[in-house]
Amino acid sequence: MKRFLGFIKKEFYHIFRDKRSLFILFGMPIAQILLFGFAITNEINNVEIAILDYSKDTETQKIIQKIKASPYFHVANEIAIEKAIESEFKKGKIKAVLLFEKDFAKKLQTEMKATVQVITDATEPNIANTIANYTQSIFQNHQSQKSTVQKNTTGVVIQSRMLYNPELKSVFNFVPGVMTVILMLVSAMMTSISITREKELGTMEILLVSPLKPFQVILGKVFPYIFLSVINAIVIVSMGYFIFGMPIQGSILLLAVESILFIITALSLGIFISTISNSQQTAMMISLMGLMLPVIILSGFIFPIASMPLPMQVISNTIPAKWFIIIVKSIMLKGVGLEYILKETLILVGMTILFIGLSIKNYKTRLE
Amino acid sequence: MSISVQNISKSYKNIPALQNITLEVNEGELFGLIGPDGAGKTTLFRLLTTLLLPNEGSATVANYDILKQVKEIRNAVGYMPGKFSLYQDLTISENLAFFATIFGTTIEENYDLIEDIYVQIEPFKNRKAGALSGGMKQKLALCCALIHKPKVLFLDEPTTGVDPVSRKEFWEMLKRLKQKGITILVSTPYMDEATLCDRIALIQEGKILKIDTPQGIVDAYQKTIYEVASNQMHLLIEDLKHFPSYYSVFAFGEFVHYIDLNNFFDSETLRNYLKAKGHQSIILQKTTPTIEDIFMDL
Amino acid sequence: MNNLSEKIIVVENLTKQFGHFTAVKGINFHVNKGEIFGFLGANGAGKTTAMKMLIGISNPTNGRANVAGFDVHTQSEKVKQNIGYMSQKFSMYDDLTVKENITFFGGIYGLSRKQINSKTEVLIQTLQLGDIAQKKVGDLPLGWKQKLAFSVAMLHEPKIVFLDEPTGGVDPITRRQFWEMIYAEAHKGTTIFVTTHYMDEAEYCDRVSIMVDGVIEALDTPKNLKNQFQVSTMNEVFLKLARNIE
Repeated sequence: MKRFLGFIKKEFYHIFRDKRSLFILFGMPIAQILLFGFAITNEINNVEIAILDYSKDTETQKIIQKIKASPYFHVANEIAIEKAIESEFKKGKIKAVLLFEKDFAKKLQTEMKATVQVITDATEPNIANTIANYTQSIFQNHQSQKSTVQKNTTGVVIQSRMLYNPELKSVFNFVPGVMTVILMLVSAMMTSISITREKELGTMEILLVSPLKPFQVILGKVFPYIFLSVINAIVIVSMGYFIFGMPIQGSILLLAVESILFIITALSLGIFISTISNSQQTAMMISLMGLMLPVIILSGFIFPIASMPLPMQVISNTIPAKWFIIIVKSIMLKGVGLEYILKETLILVGMTILFIGLSIKNYKTRLE
Repeated sequence: MSISVQNISKSYKNIPALQNITLEVNEGELFGLIGPDGAGKTTLFRLLTTLLLPNEGSATVANYDILKQVKEIRNAVGYMPGKFSLYQDLTISENLAFFATIFGTTIEENYDLIEDIYVQIEPFKNRKAGALSGGMKQKLALCCALIHKPKVLFLDEPTTGVDPVSRKEFWEMLKRLKQKGITILVSTPYMDEATLCDRIALIQEGKILKIDTPQGIVDAYQKTIYEVASNQMHLLIEDLKHFPSYYSVFAFGEFVHYIDLNNFFDSETLRNYLKAKGHQSIILQKTTPTIEDIFMDL
Repeated sequence: MNNLSEKIIVVENLTKQFGHFTAVKGINFHVNKGEIFGFLGANGAGKTTAMKMLIGISNPTNGRANVAGFDVHTQSEKVKQNIGYMSQKFSMYDDLTVKENITFFGGIYGLSRKQINSKTEVLIQTLQLGDIAQKKVGDLPLGWKQKLAFSVAMLHEPKIVFLDEPTGGVDPITRRQFWEMIYAEAHKGTTIFVTTHYMDEAEYCDRVSIMVDGVIEALDTPKNLKNQFQVSTMNEVFLKLARNIE
């Protein structure tokens, strides 16, 4: 035990003396959370739009008032003719134009339907999409209010309610995402690098020749990172909670246990990587290309898995991060208990066992 | 017998690194493995410290079998790999303390063993290993390898790239360690260090060329070596190589070492030949062979 | 040993400081054209730092050095064109073949394709590389690599060649062959500036300087140094001078 403690002490020396790893350990999570929280967001606010109203009746005026009142849009100007739309877009100031057709109110009365065109600047597809969604919800909202007031049965009325995240805050998406990325980075990349560094330095040779058992060497290398990853998880969740108001509906204990499980999954991956690479550089490349990219792209953190082509969806199942994101979201937003995320948890456990198994198989108590 | 190697062969992907090596090192002996880079010295060290498995043959270290008693060997040996494997970001005392703990001991416990080496680097004990000069790194690495009081010490090229002063000091340390009963197997590419060992093995291209005491190797050498010098040393080598009965010509410090094909040749003919070539202030006399001379002739 | 009067390296008060640490403390010396100049010193004595300044990759804190007629500080590009450099640590690309290495290094020194081709021919013949010219450098024994690296450093016919521990770890025979190549080049008038840890190699030099603690403590022919210290080998000279450093 004393040997083991001595080993861990040495690992902490390494970590605290290397400014780069300190930065990755503590600077990254905070920077990422703030970056995603404030700069990178799918929400829109005060988007400049223009309005072309051929009808100019009370109905369109009401809708326009609603749009003006919403925090999402700011009506920059009103245009008179369709030809001007193009030049407005080219000026680059406005992101969308709402075009009401002639006799809007009359058509709505007589034909039960009228058209409003939402023309968006799709050079930024994400924003265009969001604008289309938001305006649509304003129209629906207007429609449903009217129909309840007039008790008019104009067909089916869609009423959508956004459960668990009624304001569609993207912070609820990125906190679990960033937590996953950071834990992966710290646990898998940092451990694989620190193990391969010993190989490169030649100190692994001495450790192997020492009476330390191989699993003690690995455990000693890994333990500090479990500790640091837990701290990171706490920092991220508290930042989400205190700065961005992300709720934690479910059990904190369950969240902690699941996080530790994921940390262990990532560590076992890191150990596995270190058994197949001989230099810090290789370990870093494998970690970045093999772990970070899939975590960011295929885990559902940024791009929804449901809209990926089928092969990608299948591949995404092999990414531990995907399951962890589901788990975190379920606990934090839905407040579910273990019974609802049993499948995901078991998948993570399975993956961990697999990676540990592979590492043991690959780990060399000798040099070849 | 402290180390016993029987017919060991080792190859990497069909490229032989060691071929049928047999050697024995007695208890308390300072045994040198002398040969250039790529001779197989490091491979032999790794085999004996259980880091590699031989393709053929067997060996024991401190009477433990390198195949079956890995754990015992790892407790009994100290190993100092080439390029001083130290943690660059830890200080001298932290490095030493770390290696002490992983071997389940403390610096204090075996301090007497490392004392006379450690005092030389102690003034810098709070300096990081990465900031030490070659000579100091070497001393620290030796302390780390000794801290658990090993029975057998493996030193792989401890003096490579280290200046002559540190090298000399290092060999003096090894002599003192030997007196404390530790068996030492040391490898070096510097031929002049051969005479500092009790016995040596000359090794090249994975084969052992000779095993004996340095004196024994010199005594057994049959050929006569002449040292030659003149006022034009650079031309001297060329001219000697054109002498009809030359066997070998090598620059050797301030002299050129010349061996003739005929062991009873008359050196005066050579002197006259050189004079005719325009050399002046010629020195031409018999000299005692060194290990390096013999190595080159093997 | 022709043209002994012509000084090809002139170093005046050359100083290099790293923070509070002065690695090179105002050294003065010169090297004559066609000379084999041994630059010795213990580890950490400042040899490498001084050499880096002479080949124009490190700027002196103080003082001047003139190499091949150019100032190392203000005309470092000109200096680099006129020198060859070879070190033990990096000499050639292990994953390129012998020929590819020659072509590459010839190319970066601005040799024309025709020149490279003819040089390669000559090199392969003199080093008797024949069948191994298509082999990767990484597969060659160390001794071969070093001999080849030296030839490559000589490709552009530099006036001076700097050799940083060129023979470390090389077997004794190849070491001698290497020195015979050095002699041959020196004979053609190339100046050789060499560092080594082998003291017998110090004897091969025309003149030797010994650096101790950032200062040149001795500089003379090996013979005079041995007389001065009343010893019989350069090794003893070195030990007398450099003892108790660190």
